[in-house]
Amino acid sequence: MSVLSAFNRRRAEARIAQRPGALVYGFLTFILVASVFPFYWSFLIGSGDAGTLSDTSMSWIPGANFFANARSVIDNESVNFWRALGNSIVVSAVVSASVVFFATLAGFAFAKGRFTGQKGLLVFVIGTMCVPTQLSVVPLFIAMSAFGWTGTLGAVILPGLVTAFGVFWMTQYIAQALPDELVEAGRIDGASMFRTFWHIALPAARPAAAMLGLFTFIMSWTNFFWPFIVLNQTNPTLPVALATLQANYFVDYSIVLAGVLLATVPLLILFIFAGRQLVEGIMRGAVKG
Amino acid sequence: MTTSTLVVKDLTLRGFRFRENLGRWDVKYSPYLFISPFFILFGLVGLFPLLYTGWVSLHAWDLLGGQGKWTGFDNFAFVLQQRQFWIALRNTLSIFLLSAVPQLIAATAIAAALDSNLRNKTFWRMSVLLPFVVMPVAVTLIFGSMFGERYGLVNRTLGDIGLGPIRWHTDPLSSHIAIATMVNFRWTGYNALILLAGMQAISRDLYEAATIDGAGWVSRFFRVTLPQLRPTIIFVIITATIGGLQIFDEPRLYDQNGLGGEDQQWMTMTIYLYKLGWPQLNFGRAAAVAWLLFLVIVAIGLINLAITRRIATNEGRTA
Repeated sequence: MSVLSAFNRRRAEARIAQRPGALVYGFLTFILVASVFPFYWSFLIGSGDAGTLSDTSMSWIPGANFFANARSVIDNESVNFWRALGNSIVVSAVVSASVVFFATLAGFAFAKGRFTGQKGLLVFVIGTMCVPTQLSVVPLFIAMSAFGWTGTLGAVILPGLVTAFGVFWMTQYIAQALPDELVEAGRIDGASMFRTFWHIALPAARPAAAMLGLFTFIMSWTNFFWPFIVLNQTNPTLPVALATLQANYFVDYSIVLAGVLLATVPLLILFIFAGRQLVEGIMRGAVKG
Repeated sequence: MTTSTLVVKDLTLRGFRFRENLGRWDVKYSPYLFISPFFILFGLVGLFPLLYTGWVSLHAWDLLGGQGKWTGFDNFAFVLQQRQFWIALRNTLSIFLLSAVPQLIAATAIAAALDSNLRNKTFWRMSVLLPFVVMPVAVTLIFGSMFGERYGLVNRTLGDIGLGPIRWHTDPLSSHIAIATMVNFRWTGYNALILLAGMQAISRDLYEAATIDGAGWVSRFFRVTLPQLRPTIIFVIITATIGGLQIFDEPRLYDQNGLGGEDQQWMTMTIYLYKLGWPQLNFGRAAAVAWLLFLVIVAIGLINLAITRRIATNEGRTA
């Protein structure tokens, strides 16, 4: 490499590595404000009273009624707030634990096993991701009614116990993160496939498993369509309860938005502690996907 | 050597062989056992319902009476003759385009900004992902309160700058824009992170070479970043298509009745499916809509593929 081209190269590197200007920061700040504003707006209206939304001289400083409004949400008998919160926690926790376990198990088999039809079966798994969930809602509901499962949490949990996305995700991760030698060493020591999975693959897959669990928890927590169809007002999850709240208080947005904040706070707390991992997880999944 | 030691030896040998066989079976068949939960569950809640939906759609079927008589393609014919079906198709496609196109452009711009050499990278990345934790139901209630026709924040702000109230809950196109805004709020940052990951996988040598050739950041972006990003963009478009065409939560909660507006202004395919299936208890027709929706998704998917392939060959020619 000539001196000149080395010089050019270094200059090019320097230009790319430059800190971005105010324009980039300004743009990102605008996006940040757009991300945060709806939260602030909810608190602004949710801490006011029934008239706040329609008040043309509305103040941009929150009112003092948030706790009173939250109380109205909790005390509203048709909303069943505590029950909805408990149900959402149970459904999201069970579904994400189950997805992590079964997806890691299947991912280990696809990444490190050698069996006939392996490739075809993996392609099939990926293919199922393209089948819309709406397609199966009618017969699934007919089946759940036949078993008497409508209105129960089991009807919401069962269809989510393991996902194609999870299997694909764990397959990708284990394939590159777990060395073949380690699996072979386990086998030479006489460990069964399941023991190899439990003692070698599962610990090695922990970072990806945590991200998958986090992602599944959020998807499950925010899921509305199927729970809305199969559950009823007396035994809802949080999104279903929010729909009831809206039907109840179609005029009083201060109470509706207080309810919205109550339902969002748990994930907000989760995001504060685990948002970093979530960002990493989404980005890592994207490169492989 | 006594007979007894021979027997013992033989037994241990057999024991070894048995364990060896067991080990071989373990290696050979355990993987099937490990992947079986997915396939069993998919069979139960995916494949069986898929075929059963087809079966139900070919019958008169209601919630109380169950399976009625075979009606062939009557349910499909009925649905296809309904004005409501075509309105639902129009609304679904309109909302999809209004959310997918601006979202992809905004997400790419955000990703490009995040790809620059920022201070506090993690903070900015987290800030764009924040809306993702808000459930669509909550997003709809929040934005619904801003898009009120008389008192909404949006119309009031428009009024302040002399623009005239937009009838967000009356005009079809306006309601589609409002609903698309909700979708975009939740998903733009998420897709930006996926595109950002794609950008970071692009070799920095390409940028260096372009810079040495005198390319500024604009031409670097259009000549290097975008062409290199194509697989990621296709991935984002496909997931957005599958999810976007099934949209339900936002139009369902956009007003109190949840049936897509008085004149079906924002009634989507899935709302129509729900309307036939639950309030009207006509599962045969709902199932027919489900299959038609699936066909629409496949058709749009193929169109997307054709477009992206065309772009690919065009650029191949210029290069």
